[in-house]
Amino acid sequence: MTDALLQVDDLRVTFPVGGREVRAVDGVSFTVEPGQTLAIIGESGSGKTVCCRAIMGLLPAGTAIRGSARLRGSELLGLSDAELRRHRGSDVAMVFQDPARSLNPTMRAGVQVAEAITTHRKVSKREASTQAVELLRLVRIPAAERRFHEYPHQLSGGMRQRVMIAIALACRPKLLIADEATTALDVTTQAQIMELLLDLQKELDMALIMISHDLGLAASYADEVVVMYAGKIVEQAPATQLFGAGGAVRMRYTRALLDAIPHLDRPAHTQLPIVGGRPPDPTALPPGCSFAPRCQYAEDDCRAKMPTLAEHTPSHRWACWHPCEEGGAA
Amino acid sequence: MTAPQPSDPGQQRAGAQQAGEPLLSVRDLVQEFTVRERGGAKAGVVQAVSGVSFDVMPGETLGIVGETGSGKSTLARAILQAPRPKSGSVVFRGAELTRLRGGKLLEARRHMQFVFQDPFGSLDPKWKVRAIVEEPLIAYRVGDRAARRKRVDELLDLVGLEPSRYVKRHPRELSGGQAQRVAIARAVALEPSLLICDEAVSSLDVLIQAQVLNLFERLREELGLSYVFIAHDLALVKQVSDRVTVMYLGKLCEVGPGDSVYRQPLHPYTRALLDSIPSTEPSATRASATIKGEPPSPINPPSGCRFRTRCPRATDLCATDEPVPRELATGHLVACHFPLTEPAPAAAAGNGSAAAQSTAASKAVS
Repeated sequence: MTDALLQVDDLRVTFPVGGREVRAVDGVSFTVEPGQTLAIIGESGSGKTVCCRAIMGLLPAGTAIRGSARLRGSELLGLSDAELRRHRGSDVAMVFQDPARSLNPTMRAGVQVAEAITTHRKVSKREASTQAVELLRLVRIPAAERRFHEYPHQLSGGMRQRVMIAIALACRPKLLIADEATTALDVTTQAQIMELLLDLQKELDMALIMISHDLGLAASYADEVVVMYAGKIVEQAPATQLFGAGGAVRMRYTRALLDAIPHLDRPAHTQLPIVGGRPPDPTALPPGCSFAPRCQYAEDDCRAKMPTLAEHTPSHRWACWHPCEEGGAA
Repeated sequence: MTAPQPSDPGQQRAGAQQAGEPLLSVRDLVQEFTVRERGGAKAGVVQAVSGVSFDVMPGETLGIVGETGSGKSTLARAILQAPRPKSGSVVFRGAELTRLRGGKLLEARRHMQFVFQDPFGSLDPKWKVRAIVEEPLIAYRVGDRAARRKRVDELLDLVGLEPSRYVKRHPRELSGGQAQRVAIARAVALEPSLLICDEAVSSLDVLIQAQVLNLFERLREELGLSYVFIAHDLALVKQVSDRVTVMYLGKLCEVGPGDSVYRQPLHPYTRALLDSIPSTEPSATRASATIKGEPPSPINPPSGCRFRTRCPRATDLCATDEPVPRELATGHLVACHFPLTEPAPAAAAGNGSAAAQSTAASKAVS
C-alpha cells in the first residue's frame, strides 16, 4: 500500500429515523494522496457531506458509523472527543457552505482566527493576533489589519469565506475539506476562492477534498473525481479521464449530470436531456442499482442485482451493468 | 399535451396593446432606498437600480444576468410595483403601471406573474396544494367552485404533477422541485402573458433544474408566454433566453441576442463573467484573468462607469464620463467607452487599484 494521506475503507453510516434505518453512506472507499485535490460530487442527499462529517467526527450521537478512515495510518473513527480534537484543525480542517452562519456574529473576524490558533497551540494572545493578521494576508484579504477588527456582518460573502479559510488553515492542516464552500458565492467570487484554495494548497502542500454538486467545478479544479448516488460511489476516475477530449464518462448517472448542465454553446430554447424522477428514498432503496428506476438504459438485470464498483479500466472505477460506450456517446 | 382552453371565455384577454408593440416596456427605471442610522439620521442612499431601459416583445424571453447586489431582483420588484419605483416608466400591455393604483393595478398585474427562488418561502406552509393553486383564481373571481377545482387539476397536470396525488399535500411534503412546480402552476393559473422568474431554478439540484427548465420551455410553447428570466448563472440564462442583458451595480452594461453576447461579448464585465464559469473541459486553460476585487457599495457607487474600479481597461475618461449604450452589432448594445471589439486603450489604469483609491475622491460627483 502506498503512503496515502487519508484512506477510507468501506465507510457505512446509518441514522435511525422513526424506527427505520437510513443508510446515508453505504460502503464508500477512497484514498487521498498528499497534495491531491479530490472532488466528491453528488446531488442533495447523496451522502457526500455525511461521508466527510463522519471522517471529521461531526455526526450526532446515535449515528452508527462502521468501516475505517485512517489519516496517515491512524484511525479516526471511534475516537473520543478529546482525541478527535487533536486531529481536527491540526490534521484535518473543514470549510462549510454558509460562512455567515459558521462565523460568530458577535466576535471580530480577526479574534475568531486568533482563537483557532490559541485553541491548538500554546501562544500568547499578542502572538496569536500577529499570526491571525498573517493568516488574513495569506487568504488575500486586502487591508488585513483593518479587517481584523471588523465584524462578520461588515464583510462580504467572499470575504467571510476567506476568513473561514483562514481559520481552517490556522494550524496548517494536511487535509482541508471544503463542503460546498463556493456554492453560496457569485460566479466571479467563486472563481477567486477556487484559485485561492488551489494556490494555498500548493503553498502549504495540503490535500483538498472539495464536496460539490457541480460537475463543472470538479472538471475545472480537481485531480480525482468521485461521483456519489444514494450513499454509494458510482464512478471514480482522474478528472482528465472523465472530461474533455479523450475523456469518457461511463456511468449513466454521471453522464446525466454532465448533460443537464446548461452549456453556453447549446442553442436557446432547446430541451435539455433530462432524467425523470427523484433520488430514491434512503429508507427503501431498490434491490438492484439505485439509479435504475430513473435510468432509461436500465434492463432487468439492473433492477435485480446491484452492480459492484470495480476498476474496469486502469484507475477508472464505475458501477454499472450497461455503461456508456467509450467516447462518451450516450 | 394540448394548450388548455381558457376556462372562462368571457375573460378579458386583450389589453390596449397594439400588434408589433412590446409587451413590456421599461424606461429609465430608478429605484433607491434610504439607509438610516440608529436614531433615523440619513446614512446614505442605496442606488439599487439606476436608469434601466429595455423592452420585452410578445413571446420573447429576456434574460437578466447579474451578481449579488447588481439590482436584478429590485428591478423585478420595481416592474411589479412592489414597491413602486422612484422614477421611470413601466408600460405593460399598453398600460402605464406606475400611474395605476388599486383595482386597476391589480387587473393589469393579473397578466404578469412571478416565480421566486425559494418555493418554500413563497408557498404558505399551512395551506394545501389545491388551496395554493386556487388562490389566484379566487382572488380574481374566476369561475365557480367546481370550475376552479377542475382548473387546479388541469394546472397541476400541466406542470407534471399528478393531481390526485398532490392536491392534499402541504408544501413540507413536497421536494424542492415539486414545490417549484406548484409555484409555477399558481403563477400560470390566470393565464398571464408574462412570467418573471427570479432565480427560479437556482436552488434546485442540476437534474431537477433541467426538468424545471424544460417545463418553462414547454409552457412558453403551449401558452405563448413571455419571460423575464433573472439569474446569476450566465449559461443558464442563455439556455432559455432570446436576448440577454448583463447588469452591474444597478445599470445595464450589455444587451444583445444570447449567442451574440456569448460569442462576441463587448463589455469587459461580460467577459469576466464568461471566464468565471467552470468548464467541463479540463484541457481548456482555467481563466486566471477573472476580475479581481469585489463590487463597490451601491451607496455612493463609482462615478462615470460603475465597473471602472475593477476594469482592466479603465482610463480617466471612465471616471468622468458615464458611457451611453451604443449599438455595435444588430440589436447588440454596450455601455462602455472601450468595448472589447476595440484594442485596449493605451492609458488603461491597469487593474483598478489606483482607480479604486480615487473612488472616494469622486464620491461627491455621484
